[in-house]
Amino acid sequence: MDLQLKIWRQKNKLNKGEIKNYSIKNIEPDMSFLEMLDILNQGLISSGEEPVAFDHDCREGICGACSLVINGAPHGPDKGTTTCQLHMRRFNDGDTIYIEPFRGNSFPVIKDLVVDRSAFDRIQQAGGYVSVNTSGNTVDANATPIPKPDADKAFEAAACIGCGACVAACKNSSAMLFVGAKVSQYAHLPQGKVEAKERVTNMVKQMDKEGFGNCTNTGACEAHCPKEISVENIANLNREYLLSKIK
Amino acid sequence: MENKAKMLSIKVVAETLNVSQKTIRRHINSGKINSVKLGGVHRISESELKRFMAGEVVDSNANKDSGFPLSNKVPSGPLENKWSKHKGNINLVSPANKRNIDIIVVGTGLAGASASATLAELGYNVKSFCFQDSPRRAHSIAAQGGINAAKNYQGDGDSNYRLFYDTIKGGDYRSREANVYRLAEVSANIIDQCVAQGVPFARDYGGLLDNRSFGGVLVSRTFYAKGQTGQQLLLGAYSALNRQINRGKVDMYSRHEMMELVVVKGKARGIITRNLVNGKIERHGAHAVVIASGGYGNVFYLSTNAMGSNVTAGWKIYKKGAFFANPCYTQIHPTCIPVSGEHQSKLTLMSESLRNDGRIWVPKKLEDADKIRKNQMKPTEITEENRDYYLERRYPAFGNLVPRDVASRAAKERCDAGYGVNKTGQAVYLDFSSAIIRYGKEKATSTGQDTNNIDLIKKLGKEIIKAKYGNLFQMYEKIADENPYETPMKIFPAVHYTMGGVWVDYNLMTSIPGCFAIGEANFSDHGANRLGASALMQGLADGYFVLPYTIGDYLANDIKTGSISIESKEFVEAENAVNNFIEKITKNKSGNSVDYYHRKLGKIMWDKCGMSRNQKGLKEAIKEIKELRKDFHNNVFVPGFSNGYNEELAKAGRVADFLELGELFAIDALSREESCGGHFREEHQTKEGEALRNDKDYTYASCWEFMGEQNHPKLNKEHLNFEFIELKSRSYK
Ligand SMILES: Cc1cc2nc3c(=O)[nH]c(=O)nc-3n(C[C@H](O)[C@H](O)[C@H](O)COP(=O)(O)OP(=O)(O)OC[C@H]3O[C@@H](n4cnc5c(N)ncnc54)[C@H](O)[C@@H]3O)c2cc1C
Ligand code: SF4
Ligand code: FES
Repeated sequence: MDLQLKIWRQKNKLNKGEIKNYSIKNIEPDMSFLEMLDILNQGLISSGEEPVAFDHDCREGICGACSLVINGAPHGPDKGTTTCQLHMRRFNDGDTIYIEPFRGNSFPVIKDLVVDRSAFDRIQQAGGYVSVNTSGNTVDANATPIPKPDADKAFEAAACIGCGACVAACKNSSAMLFVGAKVSQYAHLPQGKVEAKERVTNMVKQMDKEGFGNCTNTGACEAHCPKEISVENIANLNREYLLSKIK
Repeated sequence: MENKAKMLSIKVVAETLNVSQKTIRRHINSGKINSVKLGGVHRISESELKRFMAGEVVDSNANKDSGFPLSNKVPSGPLENKWSKHKGNINLVSPANKRNIDIIVVGTGLAGASASATLAELGYNVKSFCFQDSPRRAHSIAAQGGINAAKNYQGDGDSNYRLFYDTIKGGDYRSREANVYRLAEVSANIIDQCVAQGVPFARDYGGLLDNRSFGGVLVSRTFYAKGQTGQQLLLGAYSALNRQINRGKVDMYSRHEMMELVVVKGKARGIITRNLVNGKIERHGAHAVVIASGGYGNVFYLSTNAMGSNVTAGWKIYKKGAFFANPCYTQIHPTCIPVSGEHQSKLTLMSESLRNDGRIWVPKKLEDADKIRKNQMKPTEITEENRDYYLERRYPAFGNLVPRDVASRAAKERCDAGYGVNKTGQAVYLDFSSAIIRYGKEKATSTGQDTNNIDLIKKLGKEIIKAKYGNLFQMYEKIADENPYETPMKIFPAVHYTMGGVWVDYNLMTSIPGCFAIGEANFSDHGANRLGASALMQGLADGYFVLPYTIGDYLANDIKTGSISIESKEFVEAENAVNNFIEKITKNKSGNSVDYYHRKLGKIMWDKCGMSRNQKGLKEAIKEIKELRKDFHNNVFVPGFSNGYNEELAKAGRVADFLELGELFAIDALSREESCGGHFREEHQTKEGEALRNDKDYTYASCWEFMGEQNHPKLNKEHLNFEFIELKSRSYK
């Protein structure tokens, strides 16, 4: 199939960017979206131009590096799918495709489609852990049974890949789903209980400091989350936060 | 070795080692350092100094007579006591002194993140590096199936010894006994540690941890978190790392690429990095450098590794003197999604755990295979008696759960014989229909439902399969556009893991004093073939439980050094080398892209150094890689600028190193005249096509030493001493 691409190009953080047009031919339905961009880039290189920069690494939906807004949707049209898992069979011959970076105040553009998501790391550093040293003397792993439903819920929340689509999808650029997922993971586990109060306080404080917006319950985050992290986690986050204030 | 060795005075030796002359005299008197008296004064040969710096402590080492220049530092004594004895004997660094010692860790995968966090907890100052935008995206995140540990929670007779034995046997008797035993010994602790961190492993209905089986073993010892075990373990290590970053004990450098190692007076003292955002070349000094940069499977271009996985860190230290061991030991994983076309950029693994429930087969009749390839027949139309479950047929004891190398070769054999089932003829089936029925019946029985209702049974069975492998099935469907609940998956072997890597001793130190290597980057534990779920175990064992202690043995001699200056001539030279490389590689204004060369290299590697190898092909590969490398350096075109974000430039550096490693890989494969594990030489096989090992001549690790760009590398052989296990031919029949 032949396609028209409208891609955001931006030299660096300081420069202003713009949409540029490219046409591309002979794309096969079995190609992944990123392989289509590879082909575009090989073409650009052979005509002496700079290729389009985009983040990617695992190309199987788990590392959270890929981060494109495709036709207005973070990670593109398919539910529960990362950009790198999207395949060209989803598009038709002659389509025009808009490709832009994940935007948000706290995600400045580094180049073209690559953004700086280090704010997410800093939120995790503020409290996304259990304070246990590597001593080799921790209790036996089976000493504390954890009811399967709790373990499963913790796992579901922990499946977040830290991609930032929730922020890019939200009109307020809120990071509540991302933060909620981490806070909920620990809230469902006995190991997480001890520091629950400090954790949620510190993570929320850092989230605000990074300039992420408030949550107004639009649910756009869940709809675009490639791991289908539930907004239930935002409710959990709010509850944990309230508890930390009253106790 | 060095016959005309330079003789050094006590003063020089004391300076090099950063201790007083008195200490040196003491060592001479106690026999720790050998000296000769020349003209009445003690003189120490350079090679003796090197030996001492590498910290020879061994007596049980057969390598003394074999000409291997280094000690592997394996302690003597019974297998079960070695590690505790060693821990009790090695030098320690006091907490107060740890505060004055800096350690660089390159890599934030399971190995690097766990090491950084633990070293920081112990009090060292750590600087961590990764090329991704966040440490959490290291390639360990993609590991699917699980992690082994000898917990014996299932009561199926597992033990440290059994895990040790399985790993040695699985590795085809080409690994170091003592290292493997230690790995088994600390495995149980890993699970405890991870659970304490809040890693949500799968649990059974009683709330206890669940296990599954992996290939090459007869017990259930694999812990898992759905098909995302690597993700959950890495996020655990990342959280421990974050805690130390928050405490100010780790400085994290994301989007930084290590480009060079700095060696000062024979010791690793720092690295040169490129900031991938602004292109700045930076110097970083430290008392020790730890390489945790993962595997080099991407030398094949197509592999299950992430796009950025590379050999650069390991290769740079090789060129500064670290031995590179067994580069040709590569694992080709049997169950990956087949190549779909020329555009293919990477391959996707379907976890080995699927072989617990999936059965592998091809059509029995050539004409059926032909019809399938032409789309004239569906696999579901082939009846049981016309299917060849070739693994169950050839290896009745282990069936679909034979080790990876065996399963991969068997798939290739069937496809080469014309039974392949996709348009290219390079695929076999992995079929879940029997498991769906089996689970469905069990569920119907246990819940008192109608066991004759086939639709109900299938529905119940699919639900159970979904709970176990849901995300893998979804991944498959997205890529292959077929529903694996209804029709068998198509799979084919792909490059997955590299057992070879930087040589390390029992302390995980390379042959450069002060430079360590952990995780997939080193060569240590898996011999010629790795068993499933053992890489995650090794990464975390190295990072949480081994390196943090053994590194003290080296650093104890370094407490008086003070902070490392980055102004020395060695730093300047290393930085210049990096700048020169960048200048050269960006000089062309047109030419072929980096990918063009990478793909070409990958094709040579796959065709001639892949699942089976022969002398003729390997010789051709060496020649072709040399030519390709020359072409690359003359004609590669790297667009853009070096003083900003430039992925082509980053890739160019990595491919330049792959083009050198590829040659060493082929040289290594050529020199090993036997078949073992992942290394299959066509000249060495039994009549039935099974691998034929040669223990008499090849029970050693090939440790290659860089001798300069123009020279052939030197082969040093570390003899593998099997004190506790009897070498047997590996059978899974
Ligand atoms: C798809 C897949 C599935 C797997 N499943 C399993 C499984 O189920 N069980 C199992 O036991 N094993 C599995 N493995 C193997 C296992 O995941 C890896 O061997 C292991 O995770 C490697 O960990 P590591 O810490 O050594 O390296 P990695 O996780 O690869 O980390 C490498 C780190 O080094 C950094 N780095 C590399 N080069 C440089 C440089 N030049 N400069 C700066 N930083 C650099 C990277 O940024 C990264 O942080 C799987 C592997 C793959 C590919
Ligand atoms: S919650 Fe979902 S969208 Fe947000 S970072 Fe996590 S995986 Fe991405
Ligand atoms: S590239 Fe890793 S999730 Fe898309």
